[in-house]
Amino acid sequence: MEKSELLHLQVVVELPYRWAAGRNGSLMLKALRDEKKIIGNRCPECRKVYVPPRAVCGPCFIAPDETVELPATGILAGYSVVNYPFIDPETGEKRPVPYTYGYIQLDGCDSYLSHFVNETDPARLSPGLRVEAVFKPDGERVGQMQDILHFKVSEEKGG
Amino acid sequence: MTDIAIVGAAQTGYRRRIDDANFSEMVYEVTSGALADAGLSIDDIDNFITVSNDFWDGRTISSMAVQDACGSSYQGGRNVSTVEGDGTFGLLYGMMRILSGAYKTTLVVVHCKGSEGNMRQITNGMFDYIYTRPLGIEATAAAAMQARCYMDRYGLTEEDFAHVSVKNRGNARLNPHAQLAAEMTIEDVMTSKMMAAPLKIHDLSPISDGAAAVILADRNTASKLGRKPVWIKGIAHCSEAHYLGDRDLAEAPALRDAAHRAYGMAGVENPFEEIDVVELYDAYSYMEPLWLEELGFCPRGKGGELTRLGATAFDGPVPVNPSGGVLSAHAVLVAGLARVIEATLQIRGEAGERQVEGPVELALAHGINGPCGQSHCVVILGE
Ligand SMILES: [Zn+2]
Repeated sequence: MEKSELLHLQVVVELPYRWAAGRNGSLMLKALRDEKKIIGNRCPECRKVYVPPRAVCGPCFIAPDETVELPATGILAGYSVVNYPFIDPETGEKRPVPYTYGYIQLDGCDSYLSHFVNETDPARLSPGLRVEAVFKPDGERVGQMQDILHFKVSEEKGG
Repeated sequence: MTDIAIVGAAQTGYRRRIDDANFSEMVYEVTSGALADAGLSIDDIDNFITVSNDFWDGRTISSMAVQDACGSSYQGGRNVSTVEGDGTFGLLYGMMRILSGAYKTTLVVVHCKGSEGNMRQITNGMFDYIYTRPLGIEATAAAAMQARCYMDRYGLTEEDFAHVSVKNRGNARLNPHAQLAAEMTIEDVMTSKMMAAPLKIHDLSPISDGAAAVILADRNTASKLGRKPVWIKGIAHCSEAHYLGDRDLAEAPALRDAAHRAYGMAGVENPFEEIDVVELYDAYSYMEPLWLEELGFCPRGKGGELTRLGATAFDGPVPVNPSGGVLSAHAVLVAGLARVIEATLQIRGEAGERQVEGPVELALAHGINGPCGQSHCVVILGE
């Protein structure tokens, strides 16, 4: 049978969005931008502290009503060193590889915050490692998660 | 049929842009509101249906991202299932899950923000990506073709449609949830900006943000609650071809079929005589008379006359969209469930200033999804 040519349609679909951060998101992002502070909230029922602050504590189905300021320090709870490129949604450019993606538990917080870690050697990473947020300089923060540049591995030893 | 009842309902105000609440915050607001309305707590809900659309939300699996907010992660998690379509489709699905015997109650919650994405691009995205979508058609251009087909078939005029906008935007003045409320004249509509002929800007529903929730319960549970249950007496969902070229746009056979089935379940023989109030999905002005014809409220081609003669007016024999309808607030997907909530409030006698005259024993609510009303859900609610 003769092989017939099969065609493809190649398109770039651009779908712009302007998402409302909402009440809790605005509180957190404003604190990052204006004060280099990390803000969470506490559930009145189970007393869990959430970062980012949540609209609802899922297990209790109650709106956390107490704003809590968290330190910039915590522990690395989970991570992976990623070895393939990813198109940065912010710049449209390929993110340099490798990079480390981590889940961080800030001191005094019950939930985990996802962010980058500035250590890409798997041999030097382990769960429980102390980490600390590094903020973008004044004038460069705009009110988004990338206002935290990354978490750096601290010199102090974790417990 | 009196197997399943609506026992709680809540909706946000519909606004051009809701900035002080993200999706979760909106969903939590209406979920809490519906529970309070029902006099139930989250412990009483054993099944959840979340309704949303990924293109509108700008994220994949959008319906599974509001689980904390809708209460389905309560105490480690409950059964949750999702629908991508109109809120009325979620209602039907929720009802069927209770009828399966596995659940006593179901929360159905729907959210959408038209303000956060690009309506033209998103609705263009529903068309065939090889042959149709590259040519730029979107919801309003498609609707304009349907309006033109409908006019040409029966000799209707643009004025016929303008009457619908004047009526519904006028009704919206009584509804605090509505987004567009105005005392308008036929001339105001006729001289408004031409968008896609024959549709002018006042023939179009607005872009809106909002959320809505209802709580369904089986007969046993519903009868024990303090609040008067509003029974789902009949319900049906039908759909026709996706490709507009395969459809006769001056007709809506899927709606005709859905109405026939829902009326059969509810024992309705003459809708004009038996149904006290109608809330239907008028995303564009011409849709209201066209849908009324297919719902059997008048003969084909007479929907415009029905409106012009005042039969569908707030104080007419069959008030249609006393809330102001979708022309006055159009959070996509949410708008169908909003029709159900409006009909529920009318039956309870709790519609406030927009409560129609006389007892409301039987009400019709209607939702659509897809281009030019590809899919229709008809819900008959009653005491
Ligand atoms: Zn809690």
